[in-house]
Amino acid sequence: MFKKVVWGLITLMVSAAVTAGSVMSAERKLVGIDGSSTVYPITEAVAEEFQKATKGAIKVTVGISGTGGGFKKFCRGETDISDASRPILAKEIEICKQNGIEYIELPVAYDGLAVIVNPKNTWVTSLTTADLKKMWEPAAQGKIKKWNQIRPEWPNSPLNLFGPGADSGTFDYFTEAIMGKSKSSRGDFTASEDDNVLVQGIAGDKNALGYFGLAYYEENKGKLKVVPILNPANKAIIPSLQTVKDGTYSPLSRPLFIYVSKKSVSKPEVKEFVDYYLKNVEKLSKQVKYVPLPANAYMLAKERFAKMKTGSMFGGEEKVGLKIEDLLKMEEKKK
Amino acid sequence: MKDIKKRIAVSKLWNNIFLITGLLSTLVGLVLLFTLFVDLFIDGVPRLSYKFFASFPSRFPEQAGILSAWVGTSLVMLVTAAAAIPLGVAAGIYLEEYGRKNWVTSIIEINITNLAGVPSIIYGLLALGLFVYLFKFGESILTGGLALALLILPMIIMATREAIRAIPNSIREASYALGATKWQTVKNHIIPYSMGGILTGIIIGLSRAIGETAPIITVGALTFIAFLPVSPFTSEFPFISFKWLFDPFTVMPIQMFNWVSRPQAGFQVNAAAAGIVLLIMTLIMNAVAIYIRYKFRKKIKW
Repeated sequence: MFKKVVWGLITLMVSAAVTAGSVMSAERKLVGIDGSSTVYPITEAVAEEFQKATKGAIKVTVGISGTGGGFKKFCRGETDISDASRPILAKEIEICKQNGIEYIELPVAYDGLAVIVNPKNTWVTSLTTADLKKMWEPAAQGKIKKWNQIRPEWPNSPLNLFGPGADSGTFDYFTEAIMGKSKSSRGDFTASEDDNVLVQGIAGDKNALGYFGLAYYEENKGKLKVVPILNPANKAIIPSLQTVKDGTYSPLSRPLFIYVSKKSVSKPEVKEFVDYYLKNVEKLSKQVKYVPLPANAYMLAKERFAKMKTGSMFGGEEKVGLKIEDLLKMEEKKK
Repeated sequence: MKDIKKRIAVSKLWNNIFLITGLLSTLVGLVLLFTLFVDLFIDGVPRLSYKFFASFPSRFPEQAGILSAWVGTSLVMLVTAAAAIPLGVAAGIYLEEYGRKNWVTSIIEINITNLAGVPSIIYGLLALGLFVYLFKFGESILTGGLALALLILPMIIMATREAIRAIPNSIREASYALGATKWQTVKNHIIPYSMGGILTGIIIGLSRAIGETAPIITVGALTFIAFLPVSPFTSEFPFISFKWLFDPFTVMPIQMFNWVSRPQAGFQVNAAAAGIVLLIMTLIMNAVAIYIRYKFRKKIKW
């Protein structure tokens, strides 16, 4: 009896090893995507529709490692596509180069950052970027604690700040746009990587102020109040589909990207997926409450992909208040 | 006389005070668990339906389901059990029955005890370096299962050793007196008598592993997967396929975590429903552990 069991185990292990070996060499039609959690809902929507359209013949996986984590995997050649809520940085470009990974940078949608207060807050009607800087800059830590320290006419009540944690791309972008330096922020605020925690926090505190992605405001309109932000032309603008799309809501709106590995495009399933992505993202990004790019920007992105134009339009720097069409056009002219 | 009565009264008072403190402490735990339970049920029960178990994740909360998550969790658990049980039980038996008490075994013992307290993310990092990069298993079910197996290995070893230690030495001596070898003693007496304790340890280990998220995220489980791993059964010889071991996967806690962080309220309901399913999976495993212990204890007649 015991001998039989041992023999059974040995045959099982051998057959496992054999099949395992053959699997590893076998080809699978798989598109591997990882990266930003902000871009995730868009990519998930596209992947869902794509798999329905191809009846499951091509399999798509989407992970959430964050923009930075996604690029790490991407530049090691582990994924075909990387979701990014900011352009690729110089040091990431360098790592990709070392590993011989070339990539095509494709903008897919806009995301607006909404500055939010409690609906019971009657005093804030609009904010300037200078106000926001006063509240959030590192020098404000432990000093700016009351609303009337921002503007004297506001009440003498505590200023309770809510924002995303330091690992989030939203935090990077907000600090870049307001303070002029990425990750430069005071540390004494309620931070959470989960935006729903911020929504709950602001909804329950009359003296709260916070910022997060526009989608979270759109889903919780009833319990939050959005603050219009003065743009560079000195107009107070409420973030919305329209104002983010036409670029008047500035500087707190940012483009979102996918990066496609040039090597992977030689696989027909990856090419098919990216083509499908660019064709449908306008409709699908709106469904998941993001802001689509203007139609001609998608045209230019498609062209960029068709021509397999590699490299980043941003040269490894973080930039604020960009309009994608201008960039893409600029590039067209350069040639 | 009066003095004695007084002292008895004081002692009785202290007895009651401790009784009440103990009761309250127990109640705090129970009430908290119960509140959590009720809250999850109120939120999630309306969402539980056949469709919820049979659908893939989706951008529409009412169409999203946990098919890829529960299949992934089950398969990962299978790999974990297949790897951790033989290794853990064998190691436990060796340390108790075969290993001589010298400094080598002492070091091993100290290490095993310490390993049980290592944060789970460390096991994830170990698995990432070892299984993903060195052995090239990829970010697969196999890697995830082995990572969790490492995590619960110390628990299974310790449970095995505890169970074996509970067997009186007279049993061993009787076996040897009848001319049995060490292996015969282990096979016919030690393993059967300690089986209840060993199985309980295994299941408690597995029910810890089922809720682990950190090591699974580290080895690269994915969030959106709208397909199932390759079926383990094939129509051709040898009828069993191990291709699924190398498929990408997701697990229940990751799916829940993703839903909790979504803006739409519908996803919160989905997360609660998935939480109920995970809780029930864990409770069933614990119930099985209790039943097994009961059954094996009844069988032993010394």
